[in-house]
Order: sequence, then structure tokens, then C-alpha cells
Amino acid sequence: MSVILVFLLVIAGFAGWWLSHQRLMAKPWLEQGLASDFVGLDRSALPTAKIGLGVFLAVVGCLFALFTSAYFMRMAVSDWQPLPLPRLLWLNTGVLVLSSVALHCTSVAARRGQIDTVRLGLATAGLTTLAFLVGQLMAWRQLTADGYFLASNPANSFFYLITGMHGLHVLGGLVALGRTTTSAWAGTRPERLRLGVELCAMYWHFLLFVWLAIFALLAGWAATFIDICRQMLT
Amino acid sequence: MVDITPADGIPPAEVAEVELYHPHGWWTKYVFSQDAKVIAVQYSATATAIGLVALVLSWLMRLQLGFPGTFDFITPEAYYQFITMHGMIMVIYLLTALFLGGFGNYLIPLMVGARDMVFPYVNMLSYWIYLLAVLVLVSSFFAPGGPTGAGWTLYPPQAIMSGTPGGQDWGIILMLSSLILFIIGFTMGGLNYVVTVLQGRTRGMTMMRLPLTVWGIFTATVMALLAFPALFVASVMMLLDRVLGTSFFMPAISEMGEQLQHNGGSPILFQHLFWFFGHPEVYIVALPAFGIVSDLISTHARKNIFGYRMMVWAIVGIGALSFVVWAHHMYVSGMHPYFGFFFATTTLIIAIPTAIKVYNWVLTLWRGDIHLTIPMLFALAFIVTFVNGGLTGLFLGNVVVDVPLSDTMFVVAHFHMVMGVAPILVVFGAIYHWYPKVTGRMLDETLGRFHFWVTFLGAYLIFFPMHYLGLMGVPRRYAELTDMTIMTESAHHLNSFISIMAFIVGFAQMVFLFNLIWSIRHGREAGGNPWRATTLEWQTPQTPPAHGNFGKDLPIVYRWAYDYSVPGAKEDFIPQNMPGSFGPSREPA
Repeated sequence: MSVILVFLLVIAGFAGWWLSHQRLMAKPWLEQGLASDFVGLDRSALPTAKIGLGVFLAVVGCLFALFTSAYFMRMAVSDWQPLPLPRLLWLNTGVLVLSSVALHCTSVAARRGQIDTVRLGLATAGLTTLAFLVGQLMAWRQLTADGYFLASNPANSFFYLITGMHGLHVLGGLVALGRTTTSAWAGTRPERLRLGVELCAMYWHFLLFVWLAIFALLAGWAATFIDICRQMLT
Repeated sequence: MVDITPADGIPPAEVAEVELYHPHGWWTKYVFSQDAKVIAVQYSATATAIGLVALVLSWLMRLQLGFPGTFDFITPEAYYQFITMHGMIMVIYLLTALFLGGFGNYLIPLMVGARDMVFPYVNMLSYWIYLLAVLVLVSSFFAPGGPTGAGWTLYPPQAIMSGTPGGQDWGIILMLSSLILFIIGFTMGGLNYVVTVLQGRTRGMTMMRLPLTVWGIFTATVMALLAFPALFVASVMMLLDRVLGTSFFMPAISEMGEQLQHNGGSPILFQHLFWFFGHPEVYIVALPAFGIVSDLISTHARKNIFGYRMMVWAIVGIGALSFVVWAHHMYVSGMHPYFGFFFATTTLIIAIPTAIKVYNWVLTLWRGDIHLTIPMLFALAFIVTFVNGGLTGLFLGNVVVDVPLSDTMFVVAHFHMVMGVAPILVVFGAIYHWYPKVTGRMLDETLGRFHFWVTFLGAYLIFFPMHYLGLMGVPRRYAELTDMTIMTESAHHLNSFISIMAFIVGFAQMVFLFNLIWSIRHGREAGGNPWRATTLEWQTPQTPPAHGNFGKDLPIVYRWAYDYSVPGAKEDFIPQNMPGSFGPSREPA
């Protein structure tokens, strides 16, 4: 459970930082009126949707941290036999990086108001993401063809479970991306479109980060890394 | 006194008007509504309906325990199904949904001065997924083999084996699916509650001016958003174990002399995941209750809350601490003594912020102008009950005391007192308090007092004797106790007595339901602010509040939520949106 505790510590850090800006030492019973120094405390200047997405990403992060915790705990049992990762996953990783880069360029273009680049970027991101999902399914098929079934070993079970869960989150993101893409062609107000693009980019970068983390986990590098940390501590 | 210039004439600039969704017909206004107030009523009604099922299940259990062998239809299997569904429904589908989905939806936008939740569409979706989760849960009663009987903790391996009711039938599958749906739905709602508090606050409503109700619901929602994923992970993995034959939790095990295909799984892993959710869940239910009860006490004692800052810090502190105590539910599973020591210590440390809250409630009452209204009666009953249940929690937090008591009725008595009866008393108090705002009419006073006294005294007569049964060694989770040497004649009599009290208390809830429905039309007209309270929900131009909550302009907040009996003020309460300086505002002393 150490992974999830470290994750929660990070969240607690954010929460503590935010709380420290809310004048927790104030004495509200002595303060009447609308003080000018309160104005900054009313709400964040960030768009509400971005804060909503940020909170959601914390929940998703929590989910994957818990899967990782369970992975490490189950790994300690002797029947664990790591499975060879298909080479295809490297290609998939590249494709997902590509879609994330595409969305980054799109949000830069949206900020500059270049609608054609925005459309191109959104289409590229959508197609590369679809390619990623197809690639993941092909990796699954390759594994089952080689006899690595879901239930035959816990390492396999975790592989399918965690990649599947990540794929579902990507799929959900595609719905939002699809809506943004259609609105890019339908001619929505530029500032509205910009927000949509930025939200998609934020979600994609996050899912790319999660993918890199679980790739490292499934390939066994994460375990090696933690072993090194543990040796350094003891 | 902080130097702040009262700025009375500031126009409500800078507050960007939200694009409010406007319903077009009956369906979008009352059924598929995006108005948080309607969603709140929908949540509350659904939670109450499923809660009634759980109430009936508890009656059936008490029939068996109080009068063993009398009722043929209560087989041991059925008894386990009753226990499981009663626990799961009460903790998750009733209390969590009611406090966060019900009170959260109704009170957050009104109390922070917002027109609605920040993501109304997602909010609506949250309710419908919750309803779907409830329907899936209910459907398990009609599935072949009936609902699961694995106990509300659903421990593997027994939960998915054929010896447990529903283990190899539909019961456990529907239960886990329902939980997964609930968590998805809750996450949607939870995002709304958190972000509305962050971003929806009106001008002048700083975090430190929020009523404690909002602080309680806010912190509980943050905790729930971080804790429910653990239950989600556990449910998905167990579902895979059951349906696709993986071995996340299932060790090598044989059933009826036959080796199952599972191998090497770790039941302890499930317990860690479950309790990583399960312990914060206790406070997810308790923190909104803490917040609400603070407001009830302050309003009905006409006195500012004692130690507001300390109350806020305690809420946040309890929320943070509750994530590092989960393994105290697993002492009997065995663990390294140092772990046990660590978790016992963190558990006992939680008593400090909790005790601070209790002292502050009592000190708020001290020399207050206490009106023994029904909400106040429930609030007082809550303090007493919570202290009682909390003290036995201090016993059980210690490893050496917990191990012998863990499987006895003492634990049943403890958690019912602290997270069953105590929060439910607050729910009742809150309903009597806010019903006039929701419907525009008061609940009937006489029926209300009857309901209070029967519920309060009855709950004590049910759960107090259970402590003694537990200390005698009477085990929990047993369907049949007749032949045990522990069960003396007097213990049997006590059990029958408890059962009879359970029926009486249950009957009082029917009176309450009747009151709820009858008063919608026949209750006394309440007016806009019957309790003469300061918080913003009582300052709306219409009662019940119209779509959009406030009139043309959003209110501006000039003071904290507890300006009661301020010397020099004309009335004994000053609404939060009233400009001007009164005082010297009394510092709590």
C-alpha cells in the first residue's frame, strides 16, 4: 500500500498548499464587511472546467496508484511469472506520444486562433489515439495467441486489467475529443473551442504519463527502481 | 479587531453570471432535471426508499435473533443475506447517498450563494447512475439464488464460493456491479460538490466564512473521491476472480473435495483495499453529520459556534488522519506487531480532533439561549450517542482489547452507535431543520416529538444491552445461538427485548414518513426563515427557492455564518448577506 500512500501524500501536499492560501488563521467572528484583501480568495482565476478536470485526474490517479499497490502486493506471492511484453507496445507508446504532441500543438494553435491548424491537430490526435487503441488490442491478441491468457497467471491478469482500464479511460477521452472536433468544424466561439482543446490536451498528457508509468510497471523497471530505492534506504 | 473597512455599497461586479440551464417541460423540470435542488430530492427519496428495505431486513434479522427457531422462512442462508444487504445498503446506498447526494446537492449551492452546481448535466447523470446502481442491487433479491450473503465486507474467498449464498449464483455479481456503478455515479456528483465549493462561492464568501455544514460535506466528498477508488479496484478484481477465473484474491482452495482453478491469490490484499475505502467511509458519513450538527446547535442555541477555526481544522485533520488507520479493522487477520502498534496509535490520535469537536459543541451550548426544538433535540441526542459510540471505539482501537471483542456483539453495538444511530439522528435533525425550506411548510411538531423520543430512547434500548451481550462473549454473525453455553436464559431474554424495541423504533420511522408526506400539504406555513438563521439558504427571495436560487443579483456576504445574539444588533441574528458593522462581535470565550 506504499504507492497509494505516497500518492495521497502528494495530494495532501496540494491540499495543504491550497488551504494555506485560504487564511485558515483568520478570525471570521471579528471580520465584518467586504474587505479588499478577500477578493483574491473568492475563487481561482482558472476556468472552472479546468479545476473540475484537475480534481477528476486526481481521482483517476488514485485509481491507478491503487492498481499499482495491488500489483506490488500480489507480485510478492511465489506463483508470479512475469510475461514477456510484446514489442508492439513500444510502437503504441510512440503513437500515444504523437497524439499528445499533436494536442499540445493544437492548443498552441487555438491560443493563436489558427483554426485550420486546430482542425488538423484535432484530427491527427483522434486518429493516432485510435491507432493506439487498435495497437493495444493487437498486443492483447498477440499475447493470447502465445498462450498468455487472462487467468493463467496473476502477472497476465494484471497486465490485461491495467492496460484495459487505461484503454477505457482513453476511450472516454475520445468522446470528449470527438465533441471538441465536431465543434471545431461547426464553428464555435474561439475562446470556447480553446478551452475544449486545452482540456483535451491536459487529459491526454495525463493519460500519457499514466501509460508511461504502467508501462514501466509492467515491464518490471518500476520494481527494479523501487528495489534500488529500498537498498539505498537500508 | 482586524482593520476592515465595511464596504456597504459595493455592486456585485466580477461575479460572472453562469449560463443557467432552463427546463422546457415537465419532464426536464421534475424528472431529468439539472437543478441541484430537484436532484437532491430525487437522491433523498431513492435513498429513503432503499433504506426502508434495509430497515425491514433488520427486522427480519431481529426476528431470528430474538425468537430463534420460530420462523421457518429465515434459514441461515437467508439470515446472512439479510445481514449483508442491511449493512451494505445502510452504509453506502443510504447514508453516503443521503449526506452527499441529498444534503450536498441541496445545501452546497444555496449555502455558498451559487445559482446551481457548476456542472449541472454531470450532476443529473450522477443521480441516474445512482438509481441504476440501486436497481441492480434490488434486482439481486429476485435473481436465482438470491442476494449475496458474504457479509457487508464481502471478504474473499468465501464471498465467491458455493458455500455462501449468492457466491456461485448472481448475488455477488450483481452486488459488485452495483458498487462499481455507484462509484462511477458518485464520482460525477462528487466532482460537482468539490468544484462548486471551490469555484461557485459568491462574493465575500471566503472559505473561512463557510457554514460548517459545507466544510463537513466538502471534506467528506474529497475523502470519498480518494477512498471509493479502492472499493472500485477491489470490486473489479473480485468480479474478474468470480467471472473469468483469475486469482487476484483467491488462494489455492478446494470446494466439496474438488480443487478449484484458483491459485496463489491473496485474501489479505482484498482486506487492505476494502478497508482503505472502509475506514474513510466512516468519516465520509460522520463529517457531514459533524458539520450539520454544528449549525443546528448554533442556530437553535442562538449562539455563535465555539471555536470556529478549531472546528474547521478538526474536520480537515480528521479527514487526513482517517486515511492512515485502515488496518485497525484487520487486527484479527494477523499482522506484524509494529504495524498493529502504528495503527492503534493513529486510531487513538483521531480521538483528539474528535474530542475537540465535542467540547466545542458543548461549549456552544454553554449559557446559550437553548430552544428545545426538534432539530435541537436530535442534535443533543447526537452528541450523547456519538460520545458513547466513540468511547467504545477507543477500547476497540487497541489491539489487545480488539482481538477478544472483535467477533462479538460489542463491535455491532459500537459501530451502530457511532456510525449508524449517531449520523441518522443528525439526518433526522437536519430534515426537521431544512424541511421548511424545501417545502415551505413545517413538519408536525407533536408527531416530531413522538418520533424523536421513541427513536432516541429506543435506539439506546436496542444498542446499549448489546454491549453487555458482547462482553459476555455472544458472537456476531451467527444465525442460531440457542445451543451455545454462553447464551444464558437472561441473554435470551435480552435478545428478545432488543428485538421488540427494534420493531417499536422501526414503527416510529413510519410515523416520521407519514409526517413527511402529510406535512407537504397540511403543515403549518413556514415563511422564509422560520428558525431566524443567518446562513444564505434562509435568505432566498422565494421559499421553496426558485430555479436559480437567488433573485436577480447573487447575495454578497459580509460576515461569517454565526452572528447570533450580537450585542448592539436589532435582532438576535444577522444574516450573512446583511451589510454593516455591528459589535463588538463577541469573541467566543
